[in-house]
Amino acid sequence: MSEKMRKDEVAQAVNEEYPYIIEMCNITKEFPGIIANDDITLQLKRGEIHALLGENGAGKSTLMSVLFGLYQPEHGEIRKNGEVVTIKDPNDANALGIGMVHQHFKLVDVFTVLDNIILGVEPNTAGFLRKKQAREKVLRLSDTYGLNVDPDAIVEDITVGMQQRTEILKMLYRDNEILIFDEPTAVLTPQEIDELMSVMRGLASEGKSILFITHKLNEIMAVADRCTVLRKGKYIGTVNIAETTKEELSNMMVGRDVKFVVDKEDAKAGELVLEIEKMCVKGGAGKKDSVHDVSLSVREGEIVCIAGIDGNGQTEFVHALTGLTKVESGAIRLLGEDITNKSIRYRNTHGMSHIPEDRHKHGLVLDYSLEQNMVLQRYFEPTFQKNGFIRFDAVRDYANDLIDRFDVRSGQGAVTTSRSMSGGNQQKAIVAREMDRSHKLLVAVQPTRGLDVGAIEYIHKQIVNSRDNGTAVLLVSLELEEVMSLSDRILVMYEGEIVGELNPKTVTVQELGLYMAGAKRQQRGEVTE
Amino acid sequence: MTFLIQQTLIYTIPLMIVALAGVFAERSGIINIALDGMMIFGSFMGALSVHFMQNNNILIDKPQVMFIIAMAIAAIFGALFSLLLSFSAINLKADQTIGGTALNMLAPAATLLIVKIVSMQDRLAMPKPLNFVVFNPDIGNAFKPFFDKMFISTYIVIALFIILSILLYKTKYGLRLRACGEHPQAADSVGINVYKMRYLGTTISGALAGMGGYIYIATTASGTAEGTVAGMGFLALAIMIFGNWKPIGIALGSLLFGLLKCIGATYASLDINGDGVFFLKDLGLPIYFYNIIPYVVVLLILAFASGKSRAPKAEGIPYDKGQR
Repeated sequence: MSEKMRKDEVAQAVNEEYPYIIEMCNITKEFPGIIANDDITLQLKRGEIHALLGENGAGKSTLMSVLFGLYQPEHGEIRKNGEVVTIKDPNDANALGIGMVHQHFKLVDVFTVLDNIILGVEPNTAGFLRKKQAREKVLRLSDTYGLNVDPDAIVEDITVGMQQRTEILKMLYRDNEILIFDEPTAVLTPQEIDELMSVMRGLASEGKSILFITHKLNEIMAVADRCTVLRKGKYIGTVNIAETTKEELSNMMVGRDVKFVVDKEDAKAGELVLEIEKMCVKGGAGKKDSVHDVSLSVREGEIVCIAGIDGNGQTEFVHALTGLTKVESGAIRLLGEDITNKSIRYRNTHGMSHIPEDRHKHGLVLDYSLEQNMVLQRYFEPTFQKNGFIRFDAVRDYANDLIDRFDVRSGQGAVTTSRSMSGGNQQKAIVAREMDRSHKLLVAVQPTRGLDVGAIEYIHKQIVNSRDNGTAVLLVSLELEEVMSLSDRILVMYEGEIVGELNPKTVTVQELGLYMAGAKRQQRGEVTE
Repeated sequence: MTFLIQQTLIYTIPLMIVALAGVFAERSGIINIALDGMMIFGSFMGALSVHFMQNNNILIDKPQVMFIIAMAIAAIFGALFSLLLSFSAINLKADQTIGGTALNMLAPAATLLIVKIVSMQDRLAMPKPLNFVVFNPDIGNAFKPFFDKMFISTYIVIALFIILSILLYKTKYGLRLRACGEHPQAADSVGINVYKMRYLGTTISGALAGMGGYIYIATTASGTAEGTVAGMGFLALAIMIFGNWKPIGIALGSLLFGLLKCIGATYASLDINGDGVFFLKDLGLPIYFYNIIPYVVVLLILAFASGKSRAPKAEGIPYDKGQR
């Protein structure tokens, strides 16, 4: 017994000299066809706040999944206090003192804060809960770290900020030493973000080690000690925040060389097609507006692109514009007509085409045949029906015509089940359907998501052609390259608001990145040329 | 008065325990539409065991013990029968409503088949009268309505109801079970085995439903198994929703329904204050009116109350560990 204690003391003394509490060394994780993590090293010092920066798809989530044992890496090892450890599942990670605040909170809505904190590690006598001692520990912890929570409040009644503090308390209650925050500020108001920052500083000064996953540069500059940057699955570097600038970080995150691949002439903007005035869309209960006070206009013959990092209100904005959700306030005018409260079909038949973000959910009925999907918005027109009966021959002819013109490839032509087609051809089918309908406005959301280079090129060409034929195009994209190469005007959306209008010919990717990360914003009406 | 309480409890007791059975499955995240089937199967196995004991003169002079054994057997087979639902819903990730419906069709069919084989009839009647009623005339007058001519099952169910409600709300097992029905990902992230908790909830559910089934036929049909419990399982589901998936609400709902049902069955001879005036009978309303009342009231209450009721959020959604 005493010998073991002495051993422990020795081990502890050694550990305290070793600067890194957790290290992920040369981690490589491959998935079929893609290397999600390519030789990545991440070293977390005891008591520091370490930011992990990267765009969508840079490999941050994969790296964290490796740390939590959800994936086993092909190469590399994880060390705690210098000793190699194996982590096979999240319980192993918990046992090593690693805790995480997930981007989507893992809280039971109808439970109290206290019940959520003790769930899984309940203090009990013969199974009966002993909440009194748990409550004391929670109150003590929230006092120490300045986390203001009411242990008896029901989770669904409290603010998002307080829910997040509950998640933090969950980690502290389990005596975790390594705290991981996965995009913690995405759901918070500015005031709550300030509070979180000071809580994080407090935690670090009490000896907790924090890993802070984000793509918001301001927050990194404000709170982090060091930052590791990933890009497209590769390790770019680790820098001391005190010795770097936002611009340098942005450079590292986005990369320098952006290719301008689309050939297009200058826009000849004509008449006003779409006008949106002060649109607001409600967020979930207790959350801020997901779209706030957005005003914009699109003219015929121009491509206006809404750029921004995923989750800044673009999806909600498009849903409101196309009629999938309700607008809280504001007006939408299409060709001068107020369509704010019109039905989806009315919008579709009065000049709006929509290439949706999620082609499986909103673009196609996957178990319908290709030809049925082609006439989804037109089957009720006299061309395709008579007295309520579908004219199958007309549908077939029309589908074959579209398949020919738009080069949609599939196993059995018009009767192929849409589900069995490749993603690129599914997308082409949607593009064909939306482009062929008479329309004055094309709303294209992430039109090239998940497609290979050939399909991307094709769809870009179609969008430019459509513009040249006098269509007004509103493009929503997360891909910086796409934004830079396709658009005639760029609007940057950040946290549900338009924070800047930029000219793609004069703006640099770095500057665009600063707007997208919320580090810069223009006043209304100001245009940077 | 005594008569009214007794008659009320005859319907209330099985409803109460079966509705609680529903709570345990649904709070763990499994929709248990198969309560009726589990009642039928459990009740039949209970009846079969009594049939066997009476034929072989086992415990013939101790009817209370025989009743308790029959309830236990009904519970065991109800639990075994519920494993079919757990397996399809948890391991095979099948649609729980369809799985439950299949059990509801299987239970009466299988029961009737075995009944035919055993008794060569469409019903399994008991060879001798059950004699399960506790008759205790020596108790003080104030408590007489609660002890006179009662079934022992009444006390067992009330005790179980209280114990299980405490289990659900005051122990770590209850906390974990409820977490699995609300947010299984959250439960999983803190190291709780969601599959295990859901099996536990559904198995408790099957046991209670099976027991409730036998109590129902023992107290209303002289223990005769006919492959039906007159839709009591579905009624219990309605009571469960009416009670907002909470034990106290369920107890109130069952009492209300039991009372209305009892008035419907006995209104002609109901003399509430013993003055020889049969108020309800003298109203001259047709008998159907009284028979319909309990169902209409439950329907109306459900229609108005269901807006406020809140089902466990994750019920009916198969949990897949891979999806986080």
